[in-house]
Amino acid sequence: MSDFTSSFWNIYVIVLVVVSLISCGVLLVVTGRTKVAPFKKTIAPVGNEASAAPVTGHVWDGDLQEYNNPLPKWWSHLFWITIVFAVVYLILYPGLGNLPGVLGWTSDGAYASERKDFDARLVPLYEKYAKMDVEQIAADPAARQTGERMFLTYCSPCHGSDAGGTTGFPSLRDKDWLYGGTTANIIASITGGRMGVMPAFGQALGEDGVRNAAAYVRSLSGLPRDSTRAQLGKPLFLQNCAACHGLDGTGNQVVGAPNLTDAIWLYGSSEKTIAEGITRGRHLDITDGHPPMPAFGPVLGADKIKLLAAYVWGLSNNPPAAK
Amino acid sequence: MANPMTNTAAAATFNYKVVRQFAIMTVVWGIVGMAVGVIIAAQLLWPELNFDTPWFSYGRLRPLHTNAVIFAFGGCALFASSYYCVQRTCQARLFSDGLAAFTFWGWNAVIVLAAITLPLGITSSKEYAELEWPIDILITLVWVAYAVVFFGTIARRTTPHIYVANWFFGSYILTIALLHVVNSAELPVTLLGWKSYSAYAGVQDAMVQWWYGHNAVGFFLTAGFLGMMYYFVPKQAGRPVYSYRLSVVHFWSLIFTYMWAGPHHLLYTALPDWTQSLGMVFSLVLLAPSWGGMINGIMTLSGAWHKLREDPILKFLIVSLSFYGMSTFEGPMMSIKTVNALSHYTDWGIGHVHSGALGWVAFISIGSMYYLLPRMFGKSEMWSLRLITVHFWIATIGVVLYIAAMWIAGVMQGLMWRATNPDGTLTYAFVETVKATKPFYAIRLLGGLLFLSGMFVMVYNTIRTVAGNRPYDAPIPVNAGTPVHA
Repeated sequence: MSDFTSSFWNIYVIVLVVVSLISCGVLLVVTGRTKVAPFKKTIAPVGNEASAAPVTGHVWDGDLQEYNNPLPKWWSHLFWITIVFAVVYLILYPGLGNLPGVLGWTSDGAYASERKDFDARLVPLYEKYAKMDVEQIAADPAARQTGERMFLTYCSPCHGSDAGGTTGFPSLRDKDWLYGGTTANIIASITGGRMGVMPAFGQALGEDGVRNAAAYVRSLSGLPRDSTRAQLGKPLFLQNCAACHGLDGTGNQVVGAPNLTDAIWLYGSSEKTIAEGITRGRHLDITDGHPPMPAFGPVLGADKIKLLAAYVWGLSNNPPAAK
Repeated sequence: MANPMTNTAAAATFNYKVVRQFAIMTVVWGIVGMAVGVIIAAQLLWPELNFDTPWFSYGRLRPLHTNAVIFAFGGCALFASSYYCVQRTCQARLFSDGLAAFTFWGWNAVIVLAAITLPLGITSSKEYAELEWPIDILITLVWVAYAVVFFGTIARRTTPHIYVANWFFGSYILTIALLHVVNSAELPVTLLGWKSYSAYAGVQDAMVQWWYGHNAVGFFLTAGFLGMMYYFVPKQAGRPVYSYRLSVVHFWSLIFTYMWAGPHHLLYTALPDWTQSLGMVFSLVLLAPSWGGMINGIMTLSGAWHKLREDPILKFLIVSLSFYGMSTFEGPMMSIKTVNALSHYTDWGIGHVHSGALGWVAFISIGSMYYLLPRMFGKSEMWSLRLITVHFWIATIGVVLYIAAMWIAGVMQGLMWRATNPDGTLTYAFVETVKATKPFYAIRLLGGLLFLSGMFVMVYNTIRTVAGNRPYDAPIPVNAGTPVHA
């Protein structure tokens, strides 16, 4: 075991634990044995006649005194029960230093066996889905419900309970996909996560250049803009942005670069928001409040991801049997 | 060593000045700390109340709330009551007026620094030990001075025996020194900056943190306030303490068992199995030692129960012991692994903490301050006993609403989180549990508001008690006895 740097500390802990428990027992035995006249309810409040009462005889601050009533029986019994429980528990389970305990129980073992039982119950269910393709699963009402529950647990914190997305987190209800909307694309996104990053162009373009580029970006989808600036912005776009967003601005699903010619905006379409994105970049670090899409492969496994992907795919593809 | 007090006993007075200062600041910081608590309770209902600023965000105000109520309100109450009790029961003036004054100004400087740095986001991020290294050093200095003053006063006592309250105060002072120094061991990044990193890493850091965290509960919030209980309950009841030997058993058994209980905060984590079991087992053994204190306090009233009807201060003190008994039953239960699997990370924990913090710590402090405050100004009673009764009932209703709401919310959350469907998915998305909790957050806010309102009644009563009265320093009785350490 590597819990301690040397076996001394193991023995040190065992000795202290045993001494602490024994001391509690000794305290109970010793104080329980001393015979003192029991407390009587009829005793007059102490003061001058303190000697008549079973007090210890010490007085502080004028009138502070102490009776010496025996320990309440129910209380000593309670104390003994917990001490005995402690001893038995420490023999049965790990607890005395890193001695393993008679029952051989470990939390790893308990987790593994519970997990095994739980997973065993799910085997028949997932065997059924393993034979179906994703489109078929998306049309199965029971599978859609399971998928929706998984979505609410794993995906809704970012994409929203209705999958409508929010600033910086894409909607999954429309047909506009950053990384592609085929079932294979969606499975890949969920399994491996997505780490799309837009670099910052603020320094390269300067403030004026950014505004010009933003005006050009707005022109791509026919939004109102300063046409002079848009003219000046076009060469900047072609030089700096086209590599990812394409010469025509329709984006590139291989790197997750959004289509800039449609009416769907990840962060917003105002000139200010576009300029902010160009200046500072997007997703450069998690402190901007928009963490990248995590990889769920290691957490969920392929079987569950298949159901989840079917639900997500079904949101925008309306498979026939689904409502 | 010669005792200067014996020669000048006739003219000598107790040092009430520092007690008075701490007692007044207890009330002030009580208002501040609980007001911040009410604000963050409201933020859970209406998140807009952070006004979109980092300074008012929940994550920064929450540690401000915990620091203000535990170390500012609770700390000042402990300083005031321990300085008062140790002088009265040792029949000796505080060891050093200068050091005592340093503890007052130093401790309050710590609190003000906390109120500035925490909203600015300056934090070591260790729960209940968030303050950064320069403040940690100041805390250490103040605490050493506190220990010197307290134990120095014990050493110059003119009574032959050390009163039981002082055992508890003494163990609290010693243990907090140990806990603070070990847990706050950290390496500053630069000598002129606030940032530091913990001396420990990974699960060791977590274990040291909760060794500290739970013993802060055990020795700051329990032993310290039991000290308060052992002085003010028999004083206010006018009765002897129920059982000397019970105080011996429960004092030493608390010492033997509390230190091991910390790992129950880390059940089902990366902590080794044996450490988790040990934490659970010792938390269960803690039940009887904790109840020993409750029994000794409540049974002190045996034969004088009628006083509970007339005396609102006794109401505060005895009800505080009931809450102490309740939360020290609840705590061991929650440390059982199977119960913890349900209760951990839910609002049940918040309910448990507040039944201890409001019901036990705040009630015993408020009761003790109502005893102490008038005596600091040469009076035997607060300006209005009726207002103490009003405070008692408002505060009691507040606590009950608060903890009942959090119990229900917590059990509900635990059950909702673990519910699964036959297909292996979770029955409830997290956000559904948040939605279901919202009404209980409203009830909790109401409970908190009531408790805070009670504190405003206390402020008014305190102002009326203090107004027109001069600060009073009681003389040390001449026939106090012969010094044992002459």
